[in-house]
Amino acid sequence: MRHVIIGAGPAGVTAAETLRKQDPAAEVVLIGDEPEPAYSRMAIPYYLSNKIGERGTYLRHDPDHLDKLGIGQIQSRVTRVDSAAKQLQLAGADPVGFDRLLLATGSNPIKPPIQGLDQPGVHHCWTLEDARNIVKYAAPGSRVVLMGAGFIGCIIMEALVARGVKLTVVEMGDRMVPRMMDQASGNLIKQWCLNKGVDVHTSTRVLGIEAGRNGGTRFRLACEPVDDIDADLVVVAAGVKPATGYLEGSGIEIGQGVVVNDFLESSVPGIYAAGDTCEGMDWGTGQRAVHAIQPVAAETGRTAALNMCGQPTRHHGSMAMNVLDTLGLISVSYGQWMGVDGGDEVHRLDESAYRYIKLQFQEDRLVGAITLGMTEHVGVLRGLIQTRLPLGRWKQHLMEDPTRIMEAYLGATQMTVG
Amino acid sequence: MQRSLYISPDKCTGCLQCEMACSFEHEGTFNPAKSRIKVFTFHSEGRFVPYTCTQCDEAWCKSACPTEAISLDAATGAKMVNDALCVGCKVCTIACPFGTINYNSVTGKVIKCDLCGGDPACAKACPTQAITYIDAEGTGYDRMRAWASRTDNQSAARA
Repeated sequence: MRHVIIGAGPAGVTAAETLRKQDPAAEVVLIGDEPEPAYSRMAIPYYLSNKIGERGTYLRHDPDHLDKLGIGQIQSRVTRVDSAAKQLQLAGADPVGFDRLLLATGSNPIKPPIQGLDQPGVHHCWTLEDARNIVKYAAPGSRVVLMGAGFIGCIIMEALVARGVKLTVVEMGDRMVPRMMDQASGNLIKQWCLNKGVDVHTSTRVLGIEAGRNGGTRFRLACEPVDDIDADLVVVAAGVKPATGYLEGSGIEIGQGVVVNDFLESSVPGIYAAGDTCEGMDWGTGQRAVHAIQPVAAETGRTAALNMCGQPTRHHGSMAMNVLDTLGLISVSYGQWMGVDGGDEVHRLDESAYRYIKLQFQEDRLVGAITLGMTEHVGVLRGLIQTRLPLGRWKQHLMEDPTRIMEAYLGATQMTVG
Repeated sequence: MQRSLYISPDKCTGCLQCEMACSFEHEGTFNPAKSRIKVFTFHSEGRFVPYTCTQCDEAWCKSACPTEAISLDAATGAKMVNDALCVGCKVCTIACPFGTINYNSVTGKVIKCDLCGGDPACAKACPTQAITYIDAEGTGYDRMRAWASRTDNQSAARA
């Protein structure tokens, strides 16, 4: 049996380890297209802020880890999947055959349809190579424009500010982190950034990037509705989407990502998907969704591997959950934070303290939450949402005071009367 | 035989000696705010519930960590945070369904109960045996384990 995994991120590496453990006799081959050992994109912001070196981003710290497990490794890009022949075409290398295949190619950064993105000094923040380029251009005193105030944009702001740059953020949405935060919390994050000396323009578009003239900054960005903005470095953080381009002609059903069943198998038997690449079930909504987050990558990598080696294992779906640190302000969102039809909502906002909590209920169960400025026991929100625990009378207590979440959790789980 | 913290909320008087002991053991200061075990108060019932990590088998924190900074102490069963590897991304803090691994903004790392290497200060400090450190088998600890397994998609994946 030959298992081939495309993609050496958290999903791919977890799958390779699981396959080796469960099926010691099988051949396991991991194909990755980046030159570095398997690393974690989650760690890149901390590399940018000099908290860690490149090695600190590595997923596994023993450099011989995969070799010791007898996992074959190929550094190349897969250009085509021939499902019928069970063969992969690689860029500049011999084709690779497979018995079972895992698609764990992660996401690619979205490139907005704007003139001038393809020049040195305009970079995504996705790979280690991108990070090295950002370090190169983000000199103290230089002008940096961040296109996009989503998760990645926000999480690298601290590193950029710490480098002593003059930072301007341009976001198309009407608030910061619009896919993770509601109006109140997104606006509060914006206010926090403004207070830290960062220029933030929401509801603003970049129309084009022109190379600057002699003597000035490297670039001039035409924007709407604000005036042109000068920049020495432009970081494009406009979101990510599943990397599926190489699957054209493979016959594998693609929606937003690779559509998988409850066993993480694609529409082609024997070909599975995990991590950012896979479009599985959101168990909260019952709809298909891509959850491009670290915990889901590890979970689906493990589950897909079990199925690949003949241990039918159902994946019960995943939920959206994110934690973000924007210049020291910590925000969290879970599940259906935007609320559900016929549900109940409660929030508590303390603008001056930058604290916020919002809870969404369906009947007496928690289905979503947002917090701002909270670092203690936030995980219980996941516990309550994912176990669908009936809160009983504790729901009413929370409707009166949502900050009592920890009491409600203990009360509902540990047999206190409430 | 591996041991675990066994908590009997009905014996807890809310004296917070456990929080003081934990904070002193780990942070060198008597400051309940820095404790890894927390006592929650239910005023209307006059009831106190000490709460900390159960060192669950699922180890949600460990599997969510993107930098291999959380490992298993084979001797005690504790899930241990390696400060040198933790980058402070906080993914474990939202992945743990018990909320028992938390971010410390002072150090920029996460902190959790480490069972004090097998001699937990909270249990030693507790004057009423509301917190004991006993054989893991046959305790009400299973109740927490059962609760862990209800948060089900990962445990189901462990065939």
